Amino acid sequence: MVTTSKPEYKVIGTRPVRPDGVDKVTGRAQYGADIKQQGALAGRVLRSPHAHANLKKIDASKALALDGVKAVVTARDIVGPDGDLSKLPDPAANILAGTKVLYRGHAVAAVAAINDHVAQEALKLIEVEYEVLPAVLDVREAMRPDAPILHEALRTRAPTGPSEGPSNVVAQTVSAFGDIEAGFAECDVIVEREFSTKMVHQGYIEPQAATAHWNSDDQLTIWTCTQGSFPARESVSQILGHPISKIKVIPTEIGGGFGGKISVYLEPVAALLSRATGKPVSMRMDRTDVFEGTGPTPGTNIRIKLGATKDGKLRAAYGDMAYENGAYPGSAAMYATMVVTAAYQIEHVKFDGFDVVVNKPRTQDYRAPSAPAAAFAMEQLIDEIADQLKIDPLKFRLMNSAAEGSRGPMGMPFKRIGHEECVEAALNSPHYNTPLEGPNRGRGVASGFWFNVGLRSSVNVSVQPDGTVNLNEGNTDIGGTRASLAMQLAETLGITFEDVKATVVDTDSVGVNDVTAGSRVTFASGMAVHEAGKNLIAALKERLAPTWQTTPDEVQFEAGVFKNADGSKTMTFKEAAVATVGRGVGLTVSGSVNAGFLAGGGFAHHIVDVEVDPDTGKTTILRYTAIQDAGTAVHPAYVEGQMQGGAVQGIGWALNEEYYYDDTGRMANSSFLDYRIPTSLDVPMIETIIVEVPNPLHPFGVRGVGEPGIVPPLAAIANAVARATGVRQTQLPMSPRRILETTRGIA
Amino acid sequence: MQALEYVAPASLDEAVAALAKHGATARVLAGGTDVIIQAREGRRQVGVMVDIKGIKEATSFSFGSDGSLTVGAAAPCARLYGDAEVQKRFPALVDSASLIGGIQIQSRASLGGNLCNSSPAADSIPTLIALGGVCNIIGPSGKRDVPVEDFCTAPGQNVLQAGELLVSITFPAPAANSGAAFERFIPRNEMDIAVVNAAASVALSADGSKFESARIAVGAVAPTPLYVKAAGDALAGKPVSEATIDAAAAAASDAAKPITDMRGSAAQRKHLAGVLTKHVINTAIARAKGA
Ligand SMILES: Cc1cc2nc3c(=O)[nH]c(=O)nc-3n(C[C@H](O)[C@H](O)[C@H](O)COP(=O)(O)OP(=O)(O)OC[C@H]3O[C@@H](n4cnc5c(N)ncnc54)[C@H](O)[C@@H]3O)c2cc1C
Repeated sequence: MVTTSKPEYKVIGTRPVRPDGVDKVTGRAQYGADIKQQGALAGRVLRSPHAHANLKKIDASKALALDGVKAVVTARDIVGPDGDLSKLPDPAANILAGTKVLYRGHAVAAVAAINDHVAQEALKLIEVEYEVLPAVLDVREAMRPDAPILHEALRTRAPTGPSEGPSNVVAQTVSAFGDIEAGFAECDVIVEREFSTKMVHQGYIEPQAATAHWNSDDQLTIWTCTQGSFPARESVSQILGHPISKIKVIPTEIGGGFGGKISVYLEPVAALLSRATGKPVSMRMDRTDVFEGTGPTPGTNIRIKLGATKDGKLRAAYGDMAYENGAYPGSAAMYATMVVTAAYQIEHVKFDGFDVVVNKPRTQDYRAPSAPAAAFAMEQLIDEIADQLKIDPLKFRLMNSAAEGSRGPMGMPFKRIGHEECVEAALNSPHYNTPLEGPNRGRGVASGFWFNVGLRSSVNVSVQPDGTVNLNEGNTDIGGTRASLAMQLAETLGITFEDVKATVVDTDSVGVNDVTAGSRVTFASGMAVHEAGKNLIAALKERLAPTWQTTPDEVQFEAGVFKNADGSKTMTFKEAAVATVGRGVGLTVSGSVNAGFLAGGGFAHHIVDVEVDPDTGKTTILRYTAIQDAGTAVHPAYVEGQMQGGAVQGIGWALNEEYYYDDTGRMANSSFLDYRIPTSLDVPMIETIIVEVPNPLHPFGVRGVGEPGIVPPLAAIANAVARATGVRQTQLPMSPRRILETTRGIA
Repeated sequence: MQALEYVAPASLDEAVAALAKHGATARVLAGGTDVIIQAREGRRQVGVMVDIKGIKEATSFSFGSDGSLTVGAAAPCARLYGDAEVQKRFPALVDSASLIGGIQIQSRASLGGNLCNSSPAADSIPTLIALGGVCNIIGPSGKRDVPVEDFCTAPGQNVLQAGELLVSITFPAPAANSGAAFERFIPRNEMDIAVVNAAASVALSADGSKFESARIAVGAVAPTPLYVKAAGDALAGKPVSEATIDAAAAAASDAAKPITDMRGSAAQRKHLAGVLTKHVINTAIARAKGA
């Protein structure tokens, strides 16, 4: 660990066993598909076999006639008998298609039956009439004026005003500072390349699953493995026109999400089926549903031109970044234009972003959404310039690094950040100081940045008669946040981790919480926990003051001990709790914050050694080191887990993962057999170095750590492969096939 | 998945009778690691599963007095590669049997199932061909033998007629100074269908300087696993040298008529057919020399 300076903490920085650990390793934890309600029906979704088609007619009569089938619903059940299906708004139209299907896998109908087997057989009996339309699957092709149009009503948002006619370009956004022409005129070295990446999926292990019960009093209860029970409640309310006051979302344990479980898919459908049948309805996806029907991350086409002076100063950058949004509008390219140069001080920059709809699933967030593909391009050009100038690639990054006070991604100056410290840690690492020898081998490095967000968090803390505390929080725990929040509460109250019991509760039981995403929970919910802790201390001061014959503001609290002004009376937190709650009256406080949009920014830096087999084109990862600024690592083991996970997902994305489409717009590899995420045999132990540059925006200096770690790997591996083979890789994945094509012309 | 019936005959005669009785809806069940998944995913309609794991001839394996090996069609891979004699005399079978799936799959999956599923990418079939395996088939009109290289006819299809089943596969005793090997190429290190696979069996002269004979097979490069006679012929009678081996590899590559799909391109597969052929010949030579 590399630490600048931080206070002496008692709990923060230790590595206790997580509260959810035993249930998870013994198989007792209840995930989405484990919810069993008395008398529940099984629901299944019928999906479009076409990438683009008008939906002319759905006839469910044969399915409804099958024994055991209880209901079939379509978008008609959303809009009502008199509603206009052609005006079905986004996002409802992505839940059940209205008059058009926009990708293969687009849901068109759903059935509820007495069991899953009957439900699946019933799907085959639903007759759907499609009028197949030409599909467009490539982001640059979709931008052409003659491309098939997905949304007749869509007009491009551009700095010059909306487009005249319909277009697949959702928005053209510009991120520009300085004067790039003047900037490039100063440069001695300019490199320019075009890069492209394929759509990839988060690959969470647990498929989506949801159960809904629409009671006869119109109270709707939903159990789901979501990344946000409050946002899920909001979406279901919006899609079904049902007030949030009548919806309760109960989050289950979650088997990964990475951004892909923010949106609802099955929840509103299960609710419709439950309303139609009066029974609870359970639904779950299989892996093909997950690939074809949920939200992967965009494929991209990115052109960047980058220039530096011969003394190694980056001066100008220009880029044109086109991102697939999938079937409905998104904003990935806009974010890409902001993050692409964030790790560096470059005076003159201009990046044009193009968010584009194509006939593929609507994309969703995937850890640091938009940034990995941007870094894949940018960090390779940085390496090329460093090579041309014969400057060590790490030193070159250090010479140009962003730092406190330099211009941040939205124009505002950065507060204290840790990019330089990450690169220095790389320079000093055992890995970088061990020479790499042998043929067909190469070492690559790359930096990565992600904003990290704040947003709203709320927690409740209640004191138990024995002086322990219960912490009820509303954010799904994906990465060990029950532990990291309990630790921050324990630190605030001066008690042990074991004296805090943390539980994730439903939407009826705690104040509003935004998503478990944006690397925000340990950061923002940690602030809410700190707030609640302070409120609790204040409440106990109120209670102690009369018995000590003093006023609350005369009672001090330090290092877990209350004392009166002259120090003649003292009580630990636990003693005070037992005295006033155990022998007094119950005590519950809450802490609620809105931590703002931006949360301080996180940086990562990765080093990788590869060997590329010249005969087969297969790349083996020999050694990998992930370095990241965690601000303050609350639970270092879980920080390391996030860093390693980012690296592993990045390795998969770099080497093998892709949505592989046939000519008809069908994903040909929609299973884990052919969609090749790495197995344990494909990655070495990922070494980690945690850097701690405390975040000035957080009481304990915490920075979000969930996302920055997936930004560097694509570029780091590409840089390593380029050194191993002498050939630059501008397209992902760098599969054996692609390596043979690019290094040996075997195509 | 649709409901289905299950029968478990105790003898070959009962099995043949069960297949005859249930006709086209019947399906032989060996380890089930292909057929159950196909049924569950709706890729195959099965009315009756005829489980042959209760039949001795189909589940045992034994060596003949001439050194030949007969492997019951439903004998699980794990039993085969766990056998010390098989390891010693037929290491190429161990290569294949030990990389089909993981330990759970190997404890069920059989060579007969791998062969009868007749995937062009099946990981045992090139080995069965290279080792000169012969299929022992039984059916309503009696028994017949078919060399493994003539067994598969198209993806998922083979020479078995209605009511027939594969009882076992017989491999001749390995010749003196011979060795065999199998290898597959996959982009990951586990959990993949072969992009290309290959097997070689070579017999060397006593001094190890010359190939006496050789059999080469490659998979995932044509509608069926390919026996590449030309590759074996390129070795037979020739000195053991890089040039000879390159010629055999080139013959294997030439014979390959692959397609492009999500697992690999045609050009990549043609190239890999040569690369892997070279690898397996070299391993087979090393084994022949007792390395
Ligand atoms: C996780 C997993 C990993 C796998 N990995 C691999 C791999 O690496 N390489 C590979 O090649 N395969 C792999 N497979 C596929 C499968 O395991 C193999 O093909 C296996 O050898 C099939 O044998 P089985 O006994 O399970 O066949 P079954 O599924 O029982 O049968 C397969 C087919 O053959 C027919 N059949 C079986 N026996 C007979 C017989 N005696 N006579 C007539 N017809 C018969 C059946 O009716 C069926 O159509 C994998 C499967 C899984 C689930």
